[in-house]
Amino acid sequence: MFPDRQKIIVLSLLIISFLLYSFSIYISPTQKKETVSLLASRGKLAWQQYNCVACHQVYGLGGYLGPDLTNAYSKRGAAYIKVFLANGTATMPNFYLSDEEIAALIAYLQQVDASGSSDPRSYTIQPDGTIQQ
Amino acid sequence: MEPFNSKQPDVPRLFSLVALLLLATGMIWGVTGGLQYLMPGFLKTYLSFERIRPLHVSSVVFWIILGAMGAVLTYLQQHTGKKIVSAKLLKIQFILFTITVLLILISYCAGIFGGREYWEFHPLLSLPITVGWVLFLINFLRSAGSLKNQPVYVWMWLTGIVFFLFTFLESYLWVFPYFRNHVITDMTIQWKSYGSMVGAWNMLLYGSSIFLMDKINNHKKYSYSKIAFVLYFTGLFNLMFNWGHHIYTLPTHAYIKHISYAVSMTELFILGRIIYLWRASLTEARKNFYHISYRFLAAADLWIFLTLLLAIVMSVPAFNVYTHGTHITVAHTMGATIGINSFILLAISFDLLNDTCQSFEPFKKLFSRGYWLTNISLLVFWLSLIGAGVLKARWQMSQEQEVFQTMMQQLRPFFVLFFISGTTLLSGILMMIYPLLRNQWICYFKTNGEKKQRTRYLSARFSIE
Repeated sequence: MFPDRQKIIVLSLLIISFLLYSFSIYISPTQKKETVSLLASRGKLAWQQYNCVACHQVYGLGGYLGPDLTNAYSKRGAAYIKVFLANGTATMPNFYLSDEEIAALIAYLQQVDASGSSDPRSYTIQPDGTIQQ
Repeated sequence: MEPFNSKQPDVPRLFSLVALLLLATGMIWGVTGGLQYLMPGFLKTYLSFERIRPLHVSSVVFWIILGAMGAVLTYLQQHTGKKIVSAKLLKIQFILFTITVLLILISYCAGIFGGREYWEFHPLLSLPITVGWVLFLINFLRSAGSLKNQPVYVWMWLTGIVFFLFTFLESYLWVFPYFRNHVITDMTIQWKSYGSMVGAWNMLLYGSSIFLMDKINNHKKYSYSKIAFVLYFTGLFNLMFNWGHHIYTLPTHAYIKHISYAVSMTELFILGRIIYLWRASLTEARKNFYHISYRFLAAADLWIFLTLLLAIVMSVPAFNVYTHGTHITVAHTMGATIGINSFILLAISFDLLNDTCQSFEPFKKLFSRGYWLTNISLLVFWLSLIGAGVLKARWQMSQEQEVFQTMMQQLRPFFVLFFISGTTLLSGILMMIYPLLRNQWICYFKTNGEKKQRTRYLSARFSIE
């Protein structure tokens, strides 16, 4: 059995490393600076309020019933997205969103789209097993 | 502290009972969600998928959380031989959790959300959960005493409780615009917190399963051994730094991904140990298979192997590109939450709740059938998700990508299999937990609280064969 003192030292070192790592991520979590608009910020809250993530993904994270929407803005355009948001589909309910909510959600999807690509075909696999975007 | 007496009113036991009810209802929501994959638009007006999914997810997440709290609180009393220091705090903790979970489920039915994936409820409801968890921590610290000369499971419980609190609070950093307004920042921290949080509740569950194994074996050799602490620190190291595989495809710092990739490879040590001890585990399983709790632990061992194997593959970014965003990820989650977490919790539930006034004897056959039905169904369920994931991965990487709905049509045979095996999985679990809940109901409520003679847990071991 390891002496208690050794265990406490290992635990303390791990906790200190974890806290340093966590705070470094809080301070500087991204590689590039993102532009933010008030409308997109409201859109993010609307995205959560209607629980869009239950069916849709962003960067492959979220539900599986609907398509990934990371780059829907550049692929389909605002008008196309607006039709879906205003009417729903055979699977997706009509949430009776207001014009402001639709505009905010589109602004949020525009911000998501500008942040990068979620298409795995665009990634390069390196010899050490890592990927490059 | 008062001496522990299993005949006194037992709040930890109530945690386990509520948790079992959440498991049953959570699985019913899951099967309903599976049906919505087969019949698009089913219940669209009243309970569409964005309501059903959180009903399922939150129910089973709280099955794990409440079950883990019940296990830790009961086993801590058995470990120290004394009651939890503050019965009042314990009751407040129980009331806070049960009322909040109820409010969360009602709010989902009403279509009220506001949170994020896995914690979709309104952020205000996170406050009573935080308070309840702080009370859990206070009571644990006061009841457990110091860390001096403690077995590994006490270390695991303590770190599990502390890290759950930390990661739960971290997952709510999005309420501050500094974090929320940046897509990549927000998602990086969200998945950092979720990855570590799962590690935290695993600490509570694995610690409890070690305690249970000690109890079955009637000695504490393992829980004080060097290898137990080496594995504990390896697990803790992974809890802290191995969450980046969730966000390999996110344009965040490369070092986050490299650290996670490197740390995840330490899991090979755990995998290697499982393979090395395979033969000994089989012998042990044959010896103890008569014991209900042991049966679940043996099944959990198999699922630890399968889930860990899949997790290591998914931790290599070059493979993760193919599996990410597909149902292979869901297979991994289901293997972990059902095959590992739920089986460990069922082992614990049978240990905690089988000493009622009613005999389990008439239900042995029902239990055995349920056990095998659950295990076989879970394997089919898991394979159907992997099959669907492979097809989706092929679609994601194909140059002439068909439209999303066409791909979903191609996945339909796997969804049918997924729904059928999900339904039989639900049936199997209900067949196993029905006798437990029935006996508890009869002994605690139908007799107006008058408890008939209960045998203590050690004498409650019974043979299935």
